[in-house]
Amino acid sequence: MSTTTTSPARTAAPRRPSGTRALRRLTVTEGRLFLRDPSNAFFAIVFPGLLLTVLGLVMPWADQPFDDKDPILSQFTAITGYTPTVLALAVGTVAFTTYPTTIATYRQRGVLRRLSTTPVPPTRVLVAQVAVNLGALLVAAVLAVVLGMIVVGVEAPTQPLLVVGAFVLSVLAAFAVGSLIAAVAPTGPAANGIGATVYFLSLFFAGVWLPLPLMPDVVQTIAQWTPLGAAAQAMSAAWFGQPFPGVELLALAAWALVGIPLAARLFRWS
Amino acid sequence: MPTPVIEVEHLRKTYGRNVAVDDVSLHVQPGEIFGILGRNGAGKTTTVEIVGGLRHADAGDVRVLGLDPRRDARRLHERVGLQLQESELPPRITVREALDLYASFYEDPADPASLIADLGLTEKADTRFQNLSGGQKQRLSVALALVGNPEVAILDELTTGLDPHARRETWGVVDAIRQRGVTIVLVTHLMEEAERLCDRIALIDAGRVVATGTPAELAARATAEQVLRFRPSAPLPAGLLDRAASVTHVSAAHATADATIEVRGTDNVVQDVLVALHQHGIRPLDLHLEQGSLEDAFVALTGRASQDAGPSVTTATAARRAKNREN
Repeated sequence: MSTTTTSPARTAAPRRPSGTRALRRLTVTEGRLFLRDPSNAFFAIVFPGLLLTVLGLVMPWADQPFDDKDPILSQFTAITGYTPTVLALAVGTVAFTTYPTTIATYRQRGVLRRLSTTPVPPTRVLVAQVAVNLGALLVAAVLAVVLGMIVVGVEAPTQPLLVVGAFVLSVLAAFAVGSLIAAVAPTGPAANGIGATVYFLSLFFAGVWLPLPLMPDVVQTIAQWTPLGAAAQAMSAAWFGQPFPGVELLALAAWALVGIPLAARLFRWS
Repeated sequence: MPTPVIEVEHLRKTYGRNVAVDDVSLHVQPGEIFGILGRNGAGKTTTVEIVGGLRHADAGDVRVLGLDPRRDARRLHERVGLQLQESELPPRITVREALDLYASFYEDPADPASLIADLGLTEKADTRFQNLSGGQKQRLSVALALVGNPEVAILDELTTGLDPHARRETWGVVDAIRQRGVTIVLVTHLMEEAERLCDRIALIDAGRVVATGTPAELAARATAEQVLRFRPSAPLPAGLLDRAASVTHVSAAHATADATIEVRGTDNVVQDVLVALHQHGIRPLDLHLEQGSLEDAFVALTGRASQDAGPSVTTATAARRAKNREN
């Protein structure tokens, strides 16, 4: 490499334009930045598994039957009953908080505008962000399930494929909502405020603080139509071999089908 | 005359009823540093954002390196680097990571390591963006605009918010970029910056180009008049200086030999006055010379004083006066 200042410094061999190369580099860089933020790394990746393990170890109810009166639920421990809820929490953490806050911060700080001055379309950074957040979520979910099974004896799901299907649909629904927040929030703090509100409301409907079967019927009915409530209920039904969660899966699909195109339409670059 | 790198003809852009750019035409020649000077809100940034393909004009023609920024934005961005106002980076990205990342966006990028060295950021290569000083952030921003090996670099308000030391450092960087053979469009509201760096300037006011030329031409156009002040070593014969064609006005207190004389005039007034004094064996003591500055041009051509230019212009004027005094 020449250090002369009389001509533009050029690399030895011109490379072909490669959108793939740029996208790979963006994803790797965004991934590093994600992990460099300690609160991201903790809440998105470690927290769900930690929550499940700690509750399973310290809570006296953890080994009790999930619901004495229910013929199916009485056969599972309470901590197993809580596992789908923890998975829903893991989905909500990245979809409602880390992902939209990062995108809105990029808009506020002009990162998106700067990208739009390069030959690479700024949509690529959205793709990279979604990929990084999905990766983090996948690690968090696997970590939670593995820790739960090994450390606190979470029982294996009855219909594992349906659990995976419900999880994927939950991710699509929650990221649709997160994308809507990312699309309209003018600043990082605004996205954080909206995202946190949606997050904590959703956690309530997902049964994080009080198991859904213990809640009044009306709350359960509403919960069915919220992204995380539907996610928790659909995954629970699949986990315990309850009747097919048609309504919940429909609700999740609806959130995804309406939310993603709407977010794309509303998205502002600056 | 070579083909202009940037041709802008009768550009117009409105936002609702607000006219951001009324009628702007410019031609930027290869290899020059072209300044777009004007106060905040004059339409400078909108103009360069249209040139850079980030916004679309309502009317007018724009050609950059023969490309239409509206239709060929992607190809344009391969060859034109843009440094935008208030464009930051993720707080935790390091200098090296940012340059490596942006280099991956281009077909034929510059070597990030040598760019880091050229912009004096080698020691900060592994420092996160959030820990850089204002001047270092600006230099990184310039580096990112150059990492694609552009033929044209558009630098918008490069030194806004920098302290005088960082400002001077950044000016040095602009000189170095020109050495690389890059044509530069420099957007600024700072008189001193335009005067110091630019080969030619377009003065924009209220969305229109009010004047184009070299800094000296603009200054001369606004204030053709020059002012000499001196104390004659002996009393001046009456009417001596008024006789010279270039002199427009002489004011003096004739009472004593110590009185300071002020002579205003155009063209070769300095030479004419000095020759006339010499012929009568009179020496001008404490000679001060004032020539039109770009600041004067700004006021004369736009009818208002420039904003935010206070301290630096005062400094520039003072420096120029000091220099004239030495001569």
